[in-house]
Amino acid sequence: MAAVLSPMVLPAPRRGYWSGVAKKLLRDPVALVAGLVLLVVLCAAVFAPWLAPADPYKASMLRRLMPIGSPGFPLGTDELGRDMLTRLMYGGRLSLLMGVLPVLFAFGIGTSVGLFAGYVGGRVNMLIMRTLDVFYAFPSVLLAVAVAGALGPGMSNSLIALTLVFVPQVVRVAESVTTQVRQLEYVDAARMSGAGVLSIIREQVLGNVLGPVFVYATGLISVSMILASGLSFLGLGVKPPEPEWGLMLNTLRSAIYVNPWLAALPGAMIFITSMGFNLLSDGVRSAMDLRR
Amino acid sequence: MSAEDRGGPAQPLLLVNELSKHFAVRSGLFGRGGQQVRAVDGVSFSVAKGETLGVVGESGCGKSTTARLIARLLKADGGEMVFDGDAVGAYGGMALKDYRRNLQMVFQDSFASLNPRLTAIDTIAYGPRVHGLSKSAARQRAVSLLARVGLAPEQFGSRYPHELSGGQRQRVNIARALAFEPRMLILDEAVAALDKSVQAQVLNLLQELKAERGLTYLFISHDLQVVHYLADRVMVMYLGRVVEIGPVAALYAQPRHPYTRALLAAVPSMDPARRTERSPLSGDPPNPINPPSGCRFRDRCPHAQAVCAEQVPLLRETVTGHWAACHLDDPRSGHAEAPVMLS
Repeated sequence: MAAVLSPMVLPAPRRGYWSGVAKKLLRDPVALVAGLVLLVVLCAAVFAPWLAPADPYKASMLRRLMPIGSPGFPLGTDELGRDMLTRLMYGGRLSLLMGVLPVLFAFGIGTSVGLFAGYVGGRVNMLIMRTLDVFYAFPSVLLAVAVAGALGPGMSNSLIALTLVFVPQVVRVAESVTTQVRQLEYVDAARMSGAGVLSIIREQVLGNVLGPVFVYATGLISVSMILASGLSFLGLGVKPPEPEWGLMLNTLRSAIYVNPWLAALPGAMIFITSMGFNLLSDGVRSAMDLRR
Repeated sequence: MSAEDRGGPAQPLLLVNELSKHFAVRSGLFGRGGQQVRAVDGVSFSVAKGETLGVVGESGCGKSTTARLIARLLKADGGEMVFDGDAVGAYGGMALKDYRRNLQMVFQDSFASLNPRLTAIDTIAYGPRVHGLSKSAARQRAVSLLARVGLAPEQFGSRYPHELSGGQRQRVNIARALAFEPRMLILDEAVAALDKSVQAQVLNLLQELKAERGLTYLFISHDLQVVHYLADRVMVMYLGRVVEIGPVAALYAQPRHPYTRALLAAVPSMDPARRTERSPLSGDPPNPINPPSGCRFRDRCPHAQAVCAEQVPLLRETVTGHWAACHLDDPRSGHAEAPVMLS
């Protein structure tokens, strides 16, 4: 045995998995454009205090509903005479937060629960999945409204409401992928090696489940933004005069006959950002596929 | 981690007694149909040290379930196993971790049995790491094993499963199974999915490894020619039961059970003069939920008589070391074609 186990030249470690993913992403034009658009939106939101031309809260009765392209106000002004460009930039901060945070929470909670349910299987799985089906029975908008309504308006409460809406969906995807992976023979082989359940889940199952769940969750970001906007629109999320795209859409709705292009601007921002997340997640999905 | 031989060469390495596994068949709204498939129904055999026991039978006869029961990937509903004198899974017996260090398995589907996100080396090194080897020691062991199964580590070590051919993947699987220096390998259709030429290479590798490491094989296959080549003894299964066990030469030359005869007659011959005129077995295997009474083979057996429906034939040793479960073979069974008992 000694001869066989004598030191040999180890092959050079392969270039990292994530650097490979990044490389493939850079070669995907659609994902690249989507990523750039998101980057612009993100930068505009993060650096709004330095980049924005005006004060987002400063109203003026004289400059109400000025059209797009007015001198000094490139995107016009809202119903209280505040600069639209500034408010859209500031609005991105809350809207992006409300889009990403609930999905991030739901991703963490949902993947753990789904992995556990899928790997353990049997009655435990049944109990967990049937309990979550109760949440599934409500349309997600209704559930978000009901939870946010019960908890009361406010940003943290709508974060909780949205997380609750997404957890069952993420669990379901994670559970079904885990159930499939669990039946594959490499999991049996890992069990044969005497590894414990946690080690098998962490080292053999997780990596193969994370990809599909991650892609699904990225798709939820746009849904979350739209739902969050909806909550704000209904007065359950962010309160005026805080700038947020959903809330802006709500308050500008009265101006839709006077200046429809202006009223559509916050909606366009939601649309562009959602599309960006969706297209980027499509790109990440194909880049994460090892076989390409 | 080297395994020691404790019972001496006379003690069987693995003794399986009355192993059984029933799967509940779900029917009705709440799955209370109460029906069961007896996938493995009272299987007993032993595997001697250093031998290769071939297991053959049609698909669905319980070969793979038996393998998974022995590997303890499935929980048996009944029966016991003794590994070199130690009860497996019983109180005071062998710990599962020790058992698995001694007994490893190579699966049929070389692709499904490799994690698509792990390189060949990482796959092989996983087990030793679980057993407490340091990361570099485990890698070192994986590299030498990879070299031993005929894959140059610097070329193949960092490849993912989809970058390997079927034969190469199966070599990685074999290397992984050898990572603990086990005493016994279960090969569940391990070469079935490979091309004939690659199959021969892998079979030769298995023979070399066996001689080099004193391994014992449980070789499960539906390919009678491969079993003939590799096995020392052969066990024939039909619908969850053992119908015949015997030394490979005797079993192939003088099969005692009509089912074994039919199986052997179905093997295509290279000799045109021995071409089979009609298929030796007609019909599908019966529904395992509701197997025929008495002998399970009787509704496809050309020799079936009334006694076959009434009594379950037991495994009897007719020639030394050659056992068969057939009334035809038993002078006392009352079967008209059975040999007359000499008093």
